Amino acid sequence: MWRRLRARPSAVAAAAVLTVLVLLALGAPLLAALEGQDATTYHDALIDSARGGMPTGAYGGISADHWLGVEPGTGRDLFVRLLHGAQISLLVALGATAVQVLTGVTIGLAAGFGSRLLDTVLSRLTDVMVALPMLVLGVALTAVVPAGFPRPLLLIIVIGLLNWGGTARVVRAQTLSLKKLDHVAAARLAGWRPARVARRELLPALAAPVITYAAILVPTNIVAEASLSFLGIGVKPPTASWGQMLSTATTWFRADPLYVLLPAACLFATVLAFTVLGDAVRAALDPRERSRLRVGTRDGSRGTPAAPAGRIPKGAAA
Amino acid sequence: MTGTLVEVTDLAVTFPAGDDPAGRAGVRAVDGISFSLAPGRALGIVGESGSGKSTVAAALLDLHRGTGARVEGTVRVDGHDVLAAPEAELRRLRGGTAAMIFQDPLSALDPYHAIGDQIAEVHRVHRPDASRRTARARAVAALDRVGIADAARRARSRPHEFSGGMRQRALLAMALACEPRLLIADEPTTALDVTVQAQILDLLHELRTETGTGLILVTHDLGVVAGGVDEVLVMRAGRAVEHGPVGEVLGSPAAPYTRELLAAVPRVDAVRPRPAVPAPRTPGPPAGEPPLLEAVGLRREFGPRRARTTAVDDVSLTVRAGETLGLVGESGSGKTTLGRMLVRLLDPTAGTLRYRGREIGSLGERALRPIRREVQMVFQDPASSLNPRRTIGESVADPLRAAGGQDGPAIVRRARELLERVGLDPDWYHRHPHELSGGQRQRVGIARALAPGPRLLVCDEPVSALDVTTQAQVMELLGELRRELGLSLVFIAHDLAVVRAVSDRVAVMRSGRIVEEGPVDSVYEDPQHPYTQGLLAAVPVLDPQAAADRRVLRAAA
Amino acid sequence: MTGTTGYLLRKLGGALIVLFLLSVLVYLLFYVAPGDPAKLACGPRCNAEQLHQVRGQLGLDEPLLTRYLHFLAGLVTGRDYSTGTGVLHCPAPCFGLSYQNDQPVTALLAARLPVTASLALGSMVLWLLLGVGTGLLSALRRGGTTERVLTVLTLTGTATPVFITGLLLLMLFCATLQWLPFPSYVPLTEDPEQWAWNLLLPWTTLALLESAKYARLTRSSTLETLAEDHIRTFRAYGLPERTVIGRHALRGALPPVIALNAIDLGTMFGGAMLTETLFGLPGIGQLLVHSVRTVDLPVVVGAVLGIGTAVVLANALADVLYALADRRVTLT
Repeated sequence: MWRRLRARPSAVAAAAVLTVLVLLALGAPLLAALEGQDATTYHDALIDSARGGMPTGAYGGISADHWLGVEPGTGRDLFVRLLHGAQISLLVALGATAVQVLTGVTIGLAAGFGSRLLDTVLSRLTDVMVALPMLVLGVALTAVVPAGFPRPLLLIIVIGLLNWGGTARVVRAQTLSLKKLDHVAAARLAGWRPARVARRELLPALAAPVITYAAILVPTNIVAEASLSFLGIGVKPPTASWGQMLSTATTWFRADPLYVLLPAACLFATVLAFTVLGDAVRAALDPRERSRLRVGTRDGSRGTPAAPAGRIPKGAAA
Repeated sequence: MTGTLVEVTDLAVTFPAGDDPAGRAGVRAVDGISFSLAPGRALGIVGESGSGKSTVAAALLDLHRGTGARVEGTVRVDGHDVLAAPEAELRRLRGGTAAMIFQDPLSALDPYHAIGDQIAEVHRVHRPDASRRTARARAVAALDRVGIADAARRARSRPHEFSGGMRQRALLAMALACEPRLLIADEPTTALDVTVQAQILDLLHELRTETGTGLILVTHDLGVVAGGVDEVLVMRAGRAVEHGPVGEVLGSPAAPYTRELLAAVPRVDAVRPRPAVPAPRTPGPPAGEPPLLEAVGLRREFGPRRARTTAVDDVSLTVRAGETLGLVGESGSGKTTLGRMLVRLLDPTAGTLRYRGREIGSLGERALRPIRREVQMVFQDPASSLNPRRTIGESVADPLRAAGGQDGPAIVRRARELLERVGLDPDWYHRHPHELSGGQRQRVGIARALAPGPRLLVCDEPVSALDVTTQAQVMELLGELRRELGLSLVFIAHDLAVVRAVSDRVAVMRSGRIVEEGPVDSVYEDPQHPYTQGLLAAVPVLDPQAAADRRVLRAAA
Repeated sequence: MTGTTGYLLRKLGGALIVLFLLSVLVYLLFYVAPGDPAKLACGPRCNAEQLHQVRGQLGLDEPLLTRYLHFLAGLVTGRDYSTGTGVLHCPAPCFGLSYQNDQPVTALLAARLPVTASLALGSMVLWLLLGVGTGLLSALRRGGTTERVLTVLTLTGTATPVFITGLLLLMLFCATLQWLPFPSYVPLTEDPEQWAWNLLLPWTTLALLESAKYARLTRSSTLETLAEDHIRTFRAYGLPERTVIGRHALRGALPPVIALNAIDLGTMFGGAMLTETLFGLPGIGQLLVHSVRTVDLPVVVGAVLGIGTAVVLANALADVLYALADRRVTLT
C-alpha cells in the first residue's frame, strides 16, 4: 500500500502539506515564543480606531513583530491565532473521526452479526442518523449544553456522535458480504467459536474499507468544525479557530482582504490535502485499482469509477 | 462471394502487460491462428480457460479496437478486411453480416429497455429504410421464431422479467433480426442448465439448417461442439493444437492434448471403469447399527414471513459408512442448501438430522463442536473458500489449531503431510492462495477438510469451477482419499456425468425435493421419473452421430 | 405494476416511524437535558415566584410522558397557552410558542420558507447543469487532459467550504468589481428581477459546492455503466457510439443522480445555514442559528423537527424515485 501511495505525486504533496501543518500545530508554543507574541493580547496601538479598527500599516499590519499582521478591531497577533486555529482544527477533526469510526464499526458489526431484529433496529437507527442533517443537529445541540463544558470536547462528541452512520453502513454491508464467503463457513466448520471467527476471518478484511472511509471523514470533520465555529457556536472566544476568524472576516472583507484570505487559505489547504490523501488511500486500497492498470486486457477498456456510488459521504455543509 | 465466409490468417493478439503498462512485450493471448469457413458451415473452437478462444471470437468483429490490444494478421469476413475496415464499414459488418451471441444473457441486454425495442433498434441500424413499426414487427417475428410464446406481449418485457433460457433466446432473436451470414456464439450455453442448454443448442441447429447461416461456436465443452458443428479447432495457450472434421477430431484425435482432453471428459452414457467402485473394507455395517448420517423430513425456508420461500422441502436420505451419495440437480433445486444443512452450516426449519444415531439437527454451536470434526465440507469456489490473507499451510492447520491438544510444530508437520497427501509440494506451506491455480486451491480446500480426520465429507460442486483436465485430477484424488481413509462422501453437482463417475447411489433433486433415488447405474440406465429422463436426454454426448440421433429424439419428444 | 401502491405505503410507513423516533429523541434532548426551560423562558431577571408561574404555564410540573403527549397532541390539534392575563392560541401543527416573542413556531417557520425555497430551487438548477455536465464530460473524455482538469476542479470544489467560496465571491463581485449588490432578499412576488439578481451570488456559492459532488457521482456512475456487458453488445451489433452512450449508457447512469438530488433538495429545504448566515438571508437556517444563540428552545425544536421531516420525506422520495428509475430493483 505504501509503495502505491508513494507512486502518486499528488499523495506525496498532500502528505507533505499535512506534515508541515501538524508540525506547525505541535510547535505552536515554540513558534509563538520565537515571534514574541501570544494569541490573546490586544494591541490597541496597532489599529486605527478612526478607520473603524483597521490595522495600521500596509497588508494588515505586517511587521517584524507581527509576521502576518494583526486582527482588525482587536489588534491580536494573526500568526499565533492561525497556529492555534490549526491545533483546534486537527484536534477536533481527528478526535471526531476516532469517535465516528469506533461507533460506526461497533454498530455496523452488531447489525451485521446480530439477529434479524437487532439488525433491523440498528439499520433503522443508522438510516435516521445518515438522513439527519448533521450540522442542524449539531447547531441545535450546542444550545442545551451547559456553558462550562469544554468546547473542543463538545465539538468532538457532537460531530463524532452525529456522523457515524456512513461508517456503520459500510461495515454492515461488508460484514454481510464477508459472512457469505466460504472461508468463514470453513472456519466455523473447523470448530472455532463465533467470536474468534469474527476476529480472525472478518476483522482483517474490514480494515481496508474502514480506513478508506475514515480518510474521507477527516476533511468532512474539519469543515464541520469550521462551520460550527463560523456560525458562532464552535469554540468560545478568545480561543482561536479558522471558522470563527472567517466569521469575523465577513464584516471586514471590504477593508482588510488579507484577514479573509489567510484563514481561508489555511482551511482550504488542509481540507484539500486531506481530501487528496483520502482519495489516494482509497485508490491504493481498492482491489479494483489494480485492474485499472490493466485496461485493455481480457476485461477490455473498463474504467474504474472514482468513488463507488453511495460512498460519497454526506456532510456537504451548506 | 462464393468462396469463403471467414478467412483468418496468422492472427495474433497481444494484450499490454498488466503490471507494467509502459514497456515490455505484453501477453500474447493468441498466436498464429489461421482457419477459414465456407458459407453455411459450422466451426467449433474448443479450449480450456486461458486458451485464447474468446479472444479469437472477438477479433472476428474487431472488438479489440480501442482496448489497447495489438491485433496482427488478417481477418476477412464476407470479403471485408475487418482489422483495416473504417468505422462505418465495421459498424455495418457488426450485426449486419456477422452477429455475436454472448455468454451471460442477463448482462448482455440493456436492463432498462424492453427486449423488443432493443431488437428493433438493432434492426433499424442495419435497415435504415425500415420504419419504427416494421422494425417492431420484425422484432416480434424474430422473438416468435426463437420460440418465445406470446411474442407480441413479451416483446414489451425487460430482460429481468425473462428466465435465463428465454434471455438467451432473445439474444438469438436479436442476432437473427438482421439476417446475418455468420453467427458467432461465445460460450452461449455455459450459464444455463443442461436441459435449457439442449433446447438452445437444438434451436441454434434448427435455425442454421433453415437459413444457411455460418456458425462459429466457442466453448470449453466438447459435448457442446459434438452435436452442432462440422469442423473443430482445438486451442491451447493461444495456439491451434488440432484442426479437422468433428468426427475425426473427437473420434480419432491426432494431438496428445486432444486425447488428454477427451479422456478427461466424464461420460454420462458409458459405465467407466470407476476407480471408486464401492469396496467397503468392512463388509457392510452389521444390522441394527444406524447409518452414518440420516435425514428425515428436512425442510428449510428462507425470507421474512411475507415472502417465504422453501428451498428444501421434506427431504429424507441416508448416507452409509464408506459409500458415496451423489446429489444432482439443476440451479435452484436446493441441493446446496441441503448440503449446508447436512454439515449444519444452516439450521433446518423442520425435520431431524441424525449422525450415527444421534440427533444433531437442533444442537447448539457448543454441543456441535465434537461433531464438526467428523463432518467436513469441500466448497465450490476455491477462490472464496480460502482466506486470501492467510498462507495455505495455515489454512490447512486452522482446524488442527481449533481442535487443540497438539503443539505448534506438530501441527505444522501434520499440515505439511496433508498438503503432500493432496498432491501439493509441502514447501508451499507459506504461499498465499492467489499464487495458486484453481485446481491447486481446491486441493488445499480438500486438505483442510481432511485435517480434523472426518468420517463424512460433503463436497458442494467441488469441480464445477475447474477446467476439464483439472476436474478429472481432482475427482481422482477424491476417489483415492475415499478408498484410503474409508470416507463417506456426499457429492453435490449439477453435472450428471461427474456425479455418475464418483457415486454409488444418486439422488435427483428438483425444486427442493428428491424426485428419484437409487443405485447409480440403475438410475442412469433406467430412470423412472420423467424429470430424470429429460435431464439425461439433454446431456451432450461426444459422438457426433449419437448427438444427432439424440437431437432427433428430443425433437420428437 | 401491482406492487407499487404497497411499496409506496410501506415507504411512507417507514418514514412515519422514523419521524416519530426523531420527535421522541429531540424532545428528550431538548426538554429533559440539562438547563431549565422555565428559566430560559422567563428571562435573566426572574424571581422565584415568576419562575414558578412560568413553569405552570409551560406545564413543566407535569410528568414527562404527559408533557410529551401534550406536545404530540399539540402537533395534531393545536394548543392553548395561558399567559396569566389571557390565552394565546397556537394552531396545529403546534411546536409551541417562541420564548422571545410568543409567536407560534409554525408561523415563524412558514414566514421563512419562501426564502429557503428560493435559495434551494435556484441553486439546484445550477448544480444539476454544472455537476451532471462536468461529470459526463469527464467520464467520456477519460484519460485525456480534459478529465485531468475537471478532476482538479471538482476536487477543489469539494474541498472549499461554502463560506470560503461565498466570501471570495463577495470580495470579487461586490467589493472589488461591484457588479452585484450585496445580497438582500427581495420576494419573488414583489420584483422577480431583483429577486434573481440578489440571489445570484448565494445560488452560485451553493451550486459550486454541490456540483462538485454531482460531478463525481455522475462520472463514477457513467463509467460503471459503460463497463457493463450490454454496452459491449450494442457495440458488437454496430450501433453508433452516439446511440450507445445517449440511449443506453446514460439511462443506466442517471438513477443514482436522481436519488441523490431528491435527498439534497430535502436537506436544502431544511435550510442552508451557512449560506443564509453568510449572505444574511432570512431563511429557516438563519432562524435556527439565531434561536440557538438566544436559546429559544421551542423554535429550535420546531426547526429541527421541520427540517427532519423534510429530510426524511426526501429520503423516502429518493428511494421511490430510484426504484422507479432503476427497474431492476424489485419493490420490497
